[in-house]
Amino acid sequence: MQDQTKFDVIVVGGGHAGCEAASAAARMGARTALITHKIATIGEMSCNPAIGGLGKGHLVREIDALDGLMGRIADRSGIQFRMLNRSKGPAVWGPRAQIDRKLYREAMQEEILNHENLTIIQDGVEDLIVSGERVGGVIGESGTSYAASAVVITTGTFLKGIIHRGAERIPAGRVGEKPAIGLSDRLYALDLPMGRLKTGTPARLNGKTINWDLLEKQPADDEPIPFSYLMDRIEVPQVSCGITFTNPEAHEIISDNIAQSAVYSGAIAGRGPRYCPSIEDKIHRFAEKTRHQIFLEPEGLDDDTVYPNGISTSLPREVQDAFIRKIEGLETVEILEYGYAIEYDYVDPRALDAGLQVKALSGLYLAGQINGTTGYEEAGAQGLVAGMNAVRSASGEPHETFDRAEAYIGVLIDDLVTRGVTEPYRMFTSRAEYRLSLRSDNADQRLTERGIALGLVGETRAEMFHVKQTALNAGRDALRSQTMTPNEAQKLGWKVNQDGQRRSAWEYLAYPSIDMAAIVLAFPDLANLSPAIKAQLEIEAMYAGYIERQKDDVEALRREEALRLPADLDYAAVGGLTNEVRAKLDMIRPATLGQAGRIEGMTPGALTALLAYVRRRPSRKQSAHA
Amino acid sequence: MAIRRDTICALASGLPPSAISVIRISGPATTSIIQSRLSVSPLKPRHASLVDLRSRSGSVIDSGLAIYMPGPASYTGEDTLEISLHGGRMITELALESIMSAGARLAEPGEFTRRAFEAGKLDLTRAEAVADLIDAESEAQLSQALKQMDGALEDLYSGWRADLTEMLALLEASIDFPDEEDAPDRVDAPVLEKLNTLRSDLIDALADGNITERIRDGFKVAILGKPNAGKSTLLNQLAKREAAIVTDIPGTTRDVVEVRLVLGGYLVWISDTAGLRETVDVVEAEGVRRALKVADEADLRLWIHDAREPIESDRVQPGDLVVSNKSDLADPESVSRETLSISAKTGFGIDLIEAAIVERLGALTKNVGAPIITRARHRQGLERALTQLEAAIDHLKAGIGSEFVSEDVRLASRELGTLTGHVDPESVLGAVFSSFCIGK
Ligand SMILES: Cc1cc2nc3c(=O)[nH]c(=O)nc-3n(C[C@H](O)[C@H](O)[C@H](O)COP(=O)(O)OP(=O)(O)OC[C@H]3O[C@@H](n4cnc5c(N)ncnc54)[C@H](O)[C@@H]3O)c2cc1C
Ligand SMILES: Nc1nc2c(ncn2[C@@H]2O[C@H](COP(=O)(O)OP(=O)(O)OP(=O)(O)O)[C@@H](O)[C@H]2O)c(=O)[nH]1
Ligand SMILES: [Mg+2]
Repeated sequence: MQDQTKFDVIVVGGGHAGCEAASAAARMGARTALITHKIATIGEMSCNPAIGGLGKGHLVREIDALDGLMGRIADRSGIQFRMLNRSKGPAVWGPRAQIDRKLYREAMQEEILNHENLTIIQDGVEDLIVSGERVGGVIGESGTSYAASAVVITTGTFLKGIIHRGAERIPAGRVGEKPAIGLSDRLYALDLPMGRLKTGTPARLNGKTINWDLLEKQPADDEPIPFSYLMDRIEVPQVSCGITFTNPEAHEIISDNIAQSAVYSGAIAGRGPRYCPSIEDKIHRFAEKTRHQIFLEPEGLDDDTVYPNGISTSLPREVQDAFIRKIEGLETVEILEYGYAIEYDYVDPRALDAGLQVKALSGLYLAGQINGTTGYEEAGAQGLVAGMNAVRSASGEPHETFDRAEAYIGVLIDDLVTRGVTEPYRMFTSRAEYRLSLRSDNADQRLTERGIALGLVGETRAEMFHVKQTALNAGRDALRSQTMTPNEAQKLGWKVNQDGQRRSAWEYLAYPSIDMAAIVLAFPDLANLSPAIKAQLEIEAMYAGYIERQKDDVEALRREEALRLPADLDYAAVGGLTNEVRAKLDMIRPATLGQAGRIEGMTPGALTALLAYVRRRPSRKQSAHA
Repeated sequence: MAIRRDTICALASGLPPSAISVIRISGPATTSIIQSRLSVSPLKPRHASLVDLRSRSGSVIDSGLAIYMPGPASYTGEDTLEISLHGGRMITELALESIMSAGARLAEPGEFTRRAFEAGKLDLTRAEAVADLIDAESEAQLSQALKQMDGALEDLYSGWRADLTEMLALLEASIDFPDEEDAPDRVDAPVLEKLNTLRSDLIDALADGNITERIRDGFKVAILGKPNAGKSTLLNQLAKREAAIVTDIPGTTRDVVEVRLVLGGYLVWISDTAGLRETVDVVEAEGVRRALKVADEADLRLWIHDAREPIESDRVQPGDLVVSNKSDLADPESVSRETLSISAKTGFGIDLIEAAIVERLGALTKNVGAPIITRARHRQGLERALTQLEAAIDHLKAGIGSEFVSEDVRLASRELGTLTGHVDPESVLGAVFSSFCIGK
């Protein structure tokens, strides 16, 4: 038997970041260990049992394109698939699924426990081993030392976690689980910039006691579309959610007791997310609104627990009882578990480089909520990148990153390490400048090739990918080879420029008024393309014009990314910078001019000064000053 | 060793000899230059001190007033020193030499302002205004440059940009929060309304902006008429020099002759043109073609005719000035009261013509408050922003995805951002600063 205390890479924490990190490292062939408090909670969804949404769904597809776990696991456990934003264009469609919490956890555990190159260890990590300039492993609460060349920490909300509910204070990572104290102390001792954030969760309801008949229903899509490129169909039975609303009576109860809310009593220092406010926040800040929407989401097929999405709260139990029962459909509801807010430590992600390594300690990587993000998808995406780079660092190779024009993963990590966070960070499509090319339909085309080169992608997927690429290329060629004069096009009723120019089927498809069905009617030879290929090419053609126009921008981005700023750059020596900008540059130490430009508060002038400085540097070095 | 940003110096006032010359120094070596070259050190910040300026060998070059402004509260954001010396050629030369030998180099044109821009003290339009302020020859140019320096353009352009940001917020909310009851799902109507408003604002600005662009670049006044009417004679009178050839041969002038003048506070370009007539002479015909083109592009047209001949008014448009020349030869009774009567040869009535030109320009600029556009760069940026807005309006009306509309709006906003310098350091700044040439 192999030594169970020596590894290439150790991942601490079996949440969403941890699972992806461990799997990525193991897929790349590294001897990997995942050390977590409880094997039974691997893959646990701490909060809302849902995966995907706008921006988040994009991340899941990207994780999947790199052969990560989340998409496939969600496909095996999703009980209400919906494609959000169907009325808009495919660039902003957001795949989302309500998840059966138990199915998800089981599928994830099955995957993780049977993973090649991966050892699962149940232990709490209390400390890091540091050997010289580098991390050398971790120490468990069991007293065992585990050695590794690189360590990925993905401890979520567990660092000095405290649950707040009314006047109650319970140290916990999430409800019923103890927090991680030793590790937090260790990170403080490393002198990393840290802070407190908070997030909250609503009460859980007994579905049997909900008066469903009164409520509007939101069904799943008729044809659920899977997350994973490997899946062509969803087998899990689909259910509906209910929709209800708060009302003035409930609001009054909340207002009357707002002083008892942990959030309002001033007990919590950490900042919470603006886009996911507690119900007391909503009522306080939007006093003019007489109702707020609530989705009643079943947590599983054979689980009666219902997650009331929209009323997260840290009010005392009796107030939760009172206001919830004022809500239509919930008049006699039984509360299974009360809502709470949780406050926890996070590390300012500007202390990390773009490979998610702690700048102050080589070999130490952080991923997930510990970096100030919120959400399973954001956690998973970081986990994958941290796991990959941990392996690269363990074998002496430089980090690999994804840029903002390539993936939401790139946007996410660049935002974190460049701009830091002021509230729990979640992904939105509007964070992506190149949203029209970073679509959820083409994540495989954007990333799988690189994933193969990086050693992240297994054979099955690589093969499927190549088959699809070949079919897409053939389809594109076919569309480009079929042509028609504008005169002929006009006879078909198409409105096109009558300039005598023959155009290809591909060019006609780019017209918003001409869809694939019309193209196939006009060019019968194209009828034998498969429906999936046709759908993909139709989307491509739709955005082709804009993407062509963005080419210059992308090139400019990549040019600026290519202008590397030396890691030891003395910002005090660069003239024309205000003290504020200088301090930021000094802390973030951007790797490239492009990254410098994205730092908050950067002035164009400061950038010009930097640009001038880096350009001048090499030639100045030769002509030494007299 | 760390490479520090260098220190620059330059003569900040006009060429000597002059009453005084002001030398300006900016950069990290300023304090050491004070220490090694001035008789008083350290200098009290923002305070005029009487000092001796010494050469490298220690001999006194001159004495004058020095003001030290430590960064970042200075024009360039760096440590800055200004010394006023006697304005002799030799003094100035020796002074600069002394300062350079103490660790400064001569500034390139525009370098002080560029540093101010880089320090975030000015946006691009204000930096441009500094150049305009220095170059101003007319009162109108000066007052306009002052308003621009005060942020008139920056405020206008960033205001529009803020409108776009507001629209983006609506569009993005509808995209990223599709399930939220509060997120404005039907944003099309309010966004369309805002787009249309901004569109007409931009169209108005492009029209009105013509005038403010002209105030900076000069108004174009064309002298037109039949051969021998006395156009070239009039030009010479206005220019007070022999700018164009005058003969009694009809068809003398072929090329367009341009003269730059300041009239009543406005900068104007007056063009003398070939006399208009049918001709088989190839050279003259080309002259006539050019004359008509000048007529087309002019802000004001002066039609000159011989007072003894009838006015041929088929080309005259409302707003043009009609001038009867050679009043010295004409029967005073026959001269129309509608027209200005002058003698280009004797100079009679030239003051009336000048007054008439100034009055017309006054009418053109009457409604101009703050400047809107003062450079071709601004016009092009606004035109591109307008194109994007129109695309957004089309896409919104066609009902194709709001992600397209949002992209169009973002591009429009970026175009406006390039005007104030709030984007893409490499390309925009490179382009702007390569054409940025001012005396400081
Ligand atoms: C109360 C609450 C409310 C939330 N609300 C939302 C929301 O509204 N919207 C949203 O998008 N997201 C929400 N989330 C966030 C979402 O659950 C997390 O972002 C996501 O789970 C983070 O993944 P992770 O892998 O970083 O950490 P987690 O999923 O928290 O996993 C951490 C894992 O690390 C293990 N661990 C911790 N410390 C140690 C240690 N020292 N040694 C060994 N193992 C350790 C834990 O046992 C756990 O398995 C909420 C989370 C909580 C707790
Ligand atoms: N007496 C008199 N002669 C004038 C007057 N103005 C111009 N002339 C004469 O008229 C002749 C033509 O004058 P120009 O100024 O060359 O006329 P022009 O309109 O420029 O002619 P082209 O260039 O040929 O189109 C010259 O001999 C001038 O001296 C005037 O006011 N009085
Ligand atoms: Mg002439």
